[in-house]
Amino acid sequence: MASEAKKVITDPLFNNNPIAFQILGVCSALAVTSKLETSLMMSLALTAVLVCSNAAISLIRNHIPSSIRIIVQMTIIASLVIIVDQMLKAFAYELSKQLSVFVGLIITNCIVLGRAEAYAMKNSVGLSFLDGLGNGLGYSLILIIVGTIRELFGSGTLLGYTVFPLVTEGGWFYPVGIMLLPPSAFFIIGLFIWWLRSWKTEQVEQTEYRIHVVHRTEVI
Amino acid sequence: MPSDAVPTPPRTGWLATFRNMPNDSTRKTLIVALALCLVCSILVSTAAVKLQPLQQRNQELDRKKIILEVAGLLKPGVSIDKLFKQVEPKVVDLSTGEYVDTMDPNQFDQRQAAKDPEMGVKIPPDRDIAQIRKRSKYAVVYLVKEEGQTKLILLPVHGYGLWSTMYAYIALKRDANTIFGLRFYEQGETAGLGAEIDNPRWRNNWTGKVVYGEAEKPQIRVIKGTVAPGDPEAKFKIDGLAGATLTANGVTNLIHYWLGPEGFGTYLKKFRPAG
Repeated sequence: MASEAKKVITDPLFNNNPIAFQILGVCSALAVTSKLETSLMMSLALTAVLVCSNAAISLIRNHIPSSIRIIVQMTIIASLVIIVDQMLKAFAYELSKQLSVFVGLIITNCIVLGRAEAYAMKNSVGLSFLDGLGNGLGYSLILIIVGTIRELFGSGTLLGYTVFPLVTEGGWFYPVGIMLLPPSAFFIIGLFIWWLRSWKTEQVEQTEYRIHVVHRTEVI
Repeated sequence: MPSDAVPTPPRTGWLATFRNMPNDSTRKTLIVALALCLVCSILVSTAAVKLQPLQQRNQELDRKKIILEVAGLLKPGVSIDKLFKQVEPKVVDLSTGEYVDTMDPNQFDQRQAAKDPEMGVKIPPDRDIAQIRKRSKYAVVYLVKEEGQTKLILLPVHGYGLWSTMYAYIALKRDANTIFGLRFYEQGETAGLGAEIDNPRWRNNWTGKVVYGEAEKPQIRVIKGTVAPGDPEAKFKIDGLAGATLTANGVTNLIHYWLGPEGFGTYLKKFRPAG
């Protein structure tokens, strides 16, 4: 049981990462990672929603009629997202202004619904809780990596503190403009997936078909 | 021993009835759906109601903080409410330029008023240079006084940039012509390009520039590139932002609209010496 719990938490970090392997939740990973601070807050918000939704759905999993299964899951997720959004507005107003619509968009984040459907519907409350935590951490890992790279090379700062003094402020660092734009997150996530799959080759998918050379001599 | 394999006596009560129902029966589906909606709505509305005072307080503090910042009054370590005592909010009727003392500036919501058929006016498209379509007939201005005399006039302005409506406060000195500062507090322009309108170094460009020349129309504008040294018009020109021409045009347009005759033009005239 203990090893199962450990596996549920650590697997989503590298072996079964929600962004890099399941390729879920990429949209928000592009939008909020131009700064490390917003990446951290988004990671925290998503992890909180994921943990609570997994636990809540697992708690009532034996009583969810299959015909309204997805609606029940979405209702629970949506309520949690609204509560998280309200809490941010009350206790972290500055950050909630910067995250703007993206907290609300956690509702549509495929990771949350994906984990509810794939895991919480079939497993105990405790394990579902840990699965939510693990996947939240896997998502956070990517967001923090992308956020760090983008803020460092895009603005020369980390969490707002100057690391590389910019040329425009009398330093030596020319900021890499593309790092501030969403496409750069695509490149960083792409490179990360490349690196991950050359390290863990079992993640490379089998080719679905091969092109064969066909010799045809007959006249059609 | 006779096998008294009698099944455990059926549990009674509504909970047991519920548990024994097949999951996919219509009754259970309805019960689950209703119960879920009830629980979720209670949770969401409790959170919303309980947290509302805190949220409103945050918004109010945030607004006051921005105003203090534009006016250069923000001091670290001093409470915002205390500092805000130096600022006097007033409601202005934009068409006459007169103060409206019957309205409470702390209760007046300009964005709400713009949508209200009584309080708002539609702007004809040919005059809508700031691309805002509607505006409120009234606006709240903030006066910073020193020894009974107005030192700064803070005006709320907004207009469309490249992607988003940009909201700012512009602070004018006593002559209602020299700019003390400009601060955007809400915008969704491209990070690193258009969003640089929020950059303190660029904002400093505005300090000391002049809005009006001889004409009634504002002359100040954001140009492309940097202002040439010795340019006779330099006092009307602001350095452009590289890669953000459309945002910069939006800034010029919104200032021209709000400081022009459609906006605060009539109100500001009162501050200038006649003739």
